[in-house]
Amino acid sequence: MNKILKYVILDIVRNKIVLSYIAFLFIITFGVFNLEDNQSKGLLSTLNLVLFIVPLVSIIFSTVYIYNSSEFIELLLSQPLKRKTIWLSLFYGLSISLIIAFVIGTGIPILIFFPDFTGIMMIIVGVFLSLIFVSISLLAAVYTRDKAKGIGIAILLWLYFALVFDGIILFLTFQLADYPIEKLIMAISSLNPIDLSRIAVLLRLDDSALMGYTGAVFKEFLGSVTGIVISATILILWFLVPLYFSLRKFKNKDL
Amino acid sequence: MKPIIIRLIFFSILFSKSFTVFSKTIYAGKNQKIKSINQAISIATAYDSIIITEGKYFEKNIIINKPLVLIGKNFPLLDGEKKYEIVSIKSNEVIFTGFKLQNSGKATMTDPAAIKVYNSKKVIISGNIILNSYFGIYIQYGIDCKIKDNKIIAHGTDEQQIGNAIHCWKSDSLIISGNYTKGHRDGIYFEFVTNSVIWRNISKKNVRYGLHFMFSHNDSYISNVFENNGAGVAVMFTNNVKMYNNFFIYNWGDAAYGILLKEISDSYIVGNHFSSNTVGIYLEGVSRSVIEKNIFEKNGWALKIQASCMEANINFNNFIGNTFDVGTNGTLVMNNFNSNYWDKYEGYDLNRNGIGDVPYRPISLFSMIIEKNQPALILFRSIMVTLLDKSEKLIPSLTPENLKDEKPLTRKINL
Amino acid sequence: MISITDLSKKYGKLKVLDNINLEFVKGDSIALIGPNGSGKTTLIKCILGMVIPQKGNIIFDKKNIVNSWKYRSNIGYMPQIGRYPDNMTIGHVINMMKDIRKSETKEFDQELIQQYKLETMFDKRMSTLSGGTRQKVSASLAFLFNSEVLILDEPTAGLDPVSSEILKNKIIKERNKGKLILITSHILSELDEIINKVIYLQDGKLKFNKSIDEIKNHTGEGKLSKAIANLILNNNFDE
Repeated sequence: MNKILKYVILDIVRNKIVLSYIAFLFIITFGVFNLEDNQSKGLLSTLNLVLFIVPLVSIIFSTVYIYNSSEFIELLLSQPLKRKTIWLSLFYGLSISLIIAFVIGTGIPILIFFPDFTGIMMIIVGVFLSLIFVSISLLAAVYTRDKAKGIGIAILLWLYFALVFDGIILFLTFQLADYPIEKLIMAISSLNPIDLSRIAVLLRLDDSALMGYTGAVFKEFLGSVTGIVISATILILWFLVPLYFSLRKFKNKDL
Repeated sequence: MKPIIIRLIFFSILFSKSFTVFSKTIYAGKNQKIKSINQAISIATAYDSIIITEGKYFEKNIIINKPLVLIGKNFPLLDGEKKYEIVSIKSNEVIFTGFKLQNSGKATMTDPAAIKVYNSKKVIISGNIILNSYFGIYIQYGIDCKIKDNKIIAHGTDEQQIGNAIHCWKSDSLIISGNYTKGHRDGIYFEFVTNSVIWRNISKKNVRYGLHFMFSHNDSYISNVFENNGAGVAVMFTNNVKMYNNFFIYNWGDAAYGILLKEISDSYIVGNHFSSNTVGIYLEGVSRSVIEKNIFEKNGWALKIQASCMEANINFNNFIGNTFDVGTNGTLVMNNFNSNYWDKYEGYDLNRNGIGDVPYRPISLFSMIIEKNQPALILFRSIMVTLLDKSEKLIPSLTPENLKDEKPLTRKINL
Repeated sequence: MISITDLSKKYGKLKVLDNINLEFVKGDSIALIGPNGSGKTTLIKCILGMVIPQKGNIIFDKKNIVNSWKYRSNIGYMPQIGRYPDNMTIGHVINMMKDIRKSETKEFDQELIQQYKLETMFDKRMSTLSGGTRQKVSASLAFLFNSEVLILDEPTAGLDPVSSEILKNKIIKERNKGKLILITSHILSELDEIINKVIYLQDGKLKFNKSIDEIKNHTGEGKLSKAIANLILNNNFDE
């Protein structure tokens, strides 16, 4: 596997988009921490950045990369390599590169300004979101032959996780307003990696006091060992499952 | 004849009063002839002074039942051994100053305090240090009493296990000033206390409220600091209360308020500073009141106004860096916002007169939503909510039509 | 070496390969020709395992290639369009390929790399290269491993005449070593001196599979291109 991986990473980290991604993250994060007099506020703004930009860049960049690499993938396929090896190399290549980019761009400023557990948790969340959205992008790309359509689907998926899903939750809270639905809503929100990440970090910040009873329910859950194990499992499943299905499809795909 | 009789009576009163000038001073203390405070009190006559020198005194309950001046020299320590009420004042015109009191008894029925005043007038309690007591200073049926410059500190964690630092009940014309309270249930507690002033006190890290204020009409509290109390300050069921120039800082938690106002009318909240509170002011059943020239900074909500409020006039305040400026559960809002500075204002001022040309709507859609629909708080700080709020600001459709500041200021008011 | 039986591939309703039976043996040098969309590339991709057929078997060296990948260590492949990751350099690509096939290759055949003078451009990124240079890289890679089977998809398209000649000579050299060579091309005149067999595909069907001599005799044409054109125009595929 590392026969190809090394070269894939080398290729991606020298990509202009990835370089601008690093610069963008770095400038914004540094700027946010310097502008906000309150470091907690700075972390909050960074959280929004992480929840918004990281999934978007991860999913779109990876999708485009996979499509642009179609001839390269063919060439690799003509070599004595397992399809699994090729696909996983691409996945690891993309994830590792984007994670490196995130850690340099956002992780370093966070560690400088916020070198505590909350800061580290933000970094973990960003790493997970990178992994998850690379994985989802592979699934989108492997199932769609047409590049434009594939990128469209990637954007839709991002919109779904970043916006539409929350809209559905909002709708549910109104529909079921007469019932004690905190736990149900919590369970549903946990299914969206972006929401789960947002709440996990938010609960470690002062702002969580504003979340009232709902926040308390989540705090109790995420404060317990079971809660942490379940959330971590959910995040891990979120990149393993799409990766598994994309691999299954790729193994039988005509190129 | 009549005027002469009146004059005679007047002189006799004057004489009896001036008699106090010739009252004696008794020294008591470890190195004095009189070793115990109780003994000193028992030999003293009205208007005598007792000076108590340095030392530790375990005198169980000290009852002051005549008008006396008790002065502690170098803070003699009175210890209640966690069993007794340390000092009970049961006479008018007592001055009690310069003592260190600690470990009053604890009992839920009798509410023992370090210093308790029973049905008395013109008592002055000043300059004492009270540590680890159940109640600190307790006044019931007191009139014209002053509690000044005392330091009252405990380390309570559970509100059932500790009393209030300064507890005033059914009293009138009190002056509470310059005290420092910390770690009690409530820093200052007022119930049925009228015509009184609370001035320049500091109330910090109390388990429940920094100031707890009920059924206490015509009072003022001025220039106090309420910081990091479990639930902030509560002012309830009261008319005509004036709150001037106080600081409400970092009252942060699931149910903490800068001030919780409930059933208040004809009151004034002017010149206060609300900083880093979960809710700056929570208003419920407030009517005919003025909220003016305050600074609301970095609060979760600057104001939460329930639909039961009427004619709250909110003018000339600065709203800076609050997560939500205003929250409400109602749609029809009968309160007025005018000429405030809102840092979230995005309008323009073409004629440069310092007044924005478009009204500011201080209520965000999301804060409306969560007021009706608590579980939606799970979406707090999500991208969707940000977008919803932005679009609602551009095209208001769901937020209350008449909840707006018609003359938002474009520059911060110097307060 | 390679035997194909009853090979069929459909994309939806479109039959791209329809019941193809073929046998390639060592020393063969075969031209795979046919109009656009006739299934040439699909056939090659089937052999390379890129396209998975619905029906039929491909036996490579007595082993079925389904779910197998090791057999590809015997194949050198030159794709029709050589596109490589933008930010890899020529050096990266070549080193990567060497890394992949280090274990089974005794000696790398760097002849084309040298003849095309690629070493001088090792640090150039693929995105900066012209189409022709990329073809040179592709060609060099195909021959790098001394593979027993060479599959070349439109090898000379986009190459300048000199490079094209270099490639042709290389192909002939390898053929003479007794390797199996499979070429698709449009330009028949180029194949004249290289090949000894012609396979013609049309609409996914195998139209004929003949040796050059047979064709020339049959049509009476001396030139391969004319002979085949003649054959196709007359639709005279029968033995």
